[in-house]
Amino acid sequence: MAENKIYGAIAAFKSDTEILEAARKVRLAGYSKFDCHTPFPVHHLDQAMGMKRSKLPYFIICCTIAGFTLGLLLQWWTGAVDYKLVIGGKPLFALEFATPILFEASVLLTAFGAVFGMLGLFNGLPMFYHPIFNAEISKRITDDRFLVSIEAKDPQFDATKTTEFLQSLPGAEEVQLIEA
Amino acid sequence: MANTHGSYQIKSEVVNRAKPIMLGVAVLGWVGAIIAYFSNHDQFFSAYLFGYYYWLSLSIGATFFVMIQRQTQAEWSVVVRRLAETVMTHFWVLVPLFVPILFGLHSLYEWTHTEVVAKDKLLSGKSGYLNVTFFTIRVVVFLAIWCFLSWKLYSYSVRQDTNGDPKETKRAAWLSAPGIPLLIISASFASIDLLMSLQPHWYSTMWGVYIFAGGGVSFIALLILIAVWLRSNGILDEVITVEHYHDLGKLMFAFNVFWAYVAFSQYFLIWYANMPEETSFFVNRKVGSWLGVSLLLAIGHFIGPFIILLARGTKRHPVFLPVMAAWMLFIHAVDHFWIIMPVRNPNGVAWGQIWMNIATWAAIGGTCGFFFLTRLSKHSLVPVQDPFLEESLEFENA
Repeated sequence: MAENKIYGAIAAFKSDTEILEAARKVRLAGYSKFDCHTPFPVHHLDQAMGMKRSKLPYFIICCTIAGFTLGLLLQWWTGAVDYKLVIGGKPLFALEFATPILFEASVLLTAFGAVFGMLGLFNGLPMFYHPIFNAEISKRITDDRFLVSIEAKDPQFDATKTTEFLQSLPGAEEVQLIEA
Repeated sequence: MANTHGSYQIKSEVVNRAKPIMLGVAVLGWVGAIIAYFSNHDQFFSAYLFGYYYWLSLSIGATFFVMIQRQTQAEWSVVVRRLAETVMTHFWVLVPLFVPILFGLHSLYEWTHTEVVAKDKLLSGKSGYLNVTFFTIRVVVFLAIWCFLSWKLYSYSVRQDTNGDPKETKRAAWLSAPGIPLLIISASFASIDLLMSLQPHWYSTMWGVYIFAGGGVSFIALLILIAVWLRSNGILDEVITVEHYHDLGKLMFAFNVFWAYVAFSQYFLIWYANMPEETSFFVNRKVGSWLGVSLLLAIGHFIGPFIILLARGTKRHPVFLPVMAAWMLFIHAVDHFWIIMPVRNPNGVAWGQIWMNIATWAAIGGTCGFFFLTRLSKHSLVPVQDPFLEESLEFENA
């Protein structure tokens, strides 16, 4: 691993009000590739960070429609086209008996879309390594510290300027650069 | 508590402007109803039952809503709870308004005709349950239960406004626990007695849930419209926020899916089993223009609202949501029209007589509405001393 490969800069805070303020200032300073790490969900943090709503629902609705269509085709083609067989005097195909399967097929693909879409396309889980844990203070984000991290990938990132900026945030401590 | 959200009291000029309108609607409705009675009294009683059960189902929905919020000690809904509690008290008006139905039993219900029942094996088998005395006793008991629940829940809430006692919240939760099953069981039996027995040969075990679910959807829709009406007059516009509308929209959506689920389950099982004594209900609703009404219900009550309300944006939209709420109230009327009127007009919709339905609907609705406005101006619009009020004011959807 290269010596000078830097993942980004972090700053630790002691309370949720401080991190809300910090997140807002980082966003207003023009950074876009930054993240917050907290021991518990902090209300309004997503607004403070300026996070947009997930695109996942649009992916999921496509899965739902696909499930509905496939379920419809499956029942119509097997029952009324490929292998015609009258069962219990019912029509070869009717929406009445198709509906439960349509519902199930739609829900199945919706659930698949939601779970695998979330994992594969959107949130990057499962993740076995995260550079943020190269700093000793990061172990406390499951306990009593709130962290802001700004990635080196951010176009505005500059090792000295960004650390100085983080240092200037109210309540910031343990500001440091971390290796990737 | 410092009030930083504007007045919690309704402005008297708003009530004074709305009251004459409601009174006008009620008077016009009653005049229409009286004309209807003298022009065709059989048709009138069917129309009256339609109007009566429509508003009854909304109050049952309101009572259920209030009790669920009380039982779960919900925080988000506190700002709209007083409005729901006021709709709930419509029962006090609906008690005297039931009397005309007692006079119309012979027009409405085949099982009151003893000579028909004597010749009919099925009906004479059911006569132990379906007879005028027992019917009247049951309805009186149901109305008593509903009046008791609504009176208790309403007075706990109003009393807390003045004494600020958090125990009132506890008491309401205590009453709601047995109250919810009591309400649902009595409402199920009421729908069986008043609506299902219109076709006494037919039965469906899903019936009670179906009627109850329809009332639930429409009550949420009514609540949205009441809140929007207040907002348009600049009342509670900072108290009931888009977050609360969003939640009401979600509830309306969920209740509507529940309605559709129950309605479909009922239809599906009857369709699949294909037994004559069960299919008669749906076969009768495929005749002539009733088929169109049936399809309108499937599309307008479920498919359309489902697709429209699925998106987050429509539930938070200041115009879309009330429009959908008004539509749900309309389609609920279609639902009850479709349940009640085919018994009277089996060959198709009696277009020339629909004004009777509109008249009775307006008569009972206007009376309830006038009562609603009177109640509303007597108390604060929000339970001001509720221990969860602060949380409700701050509420946000994640």
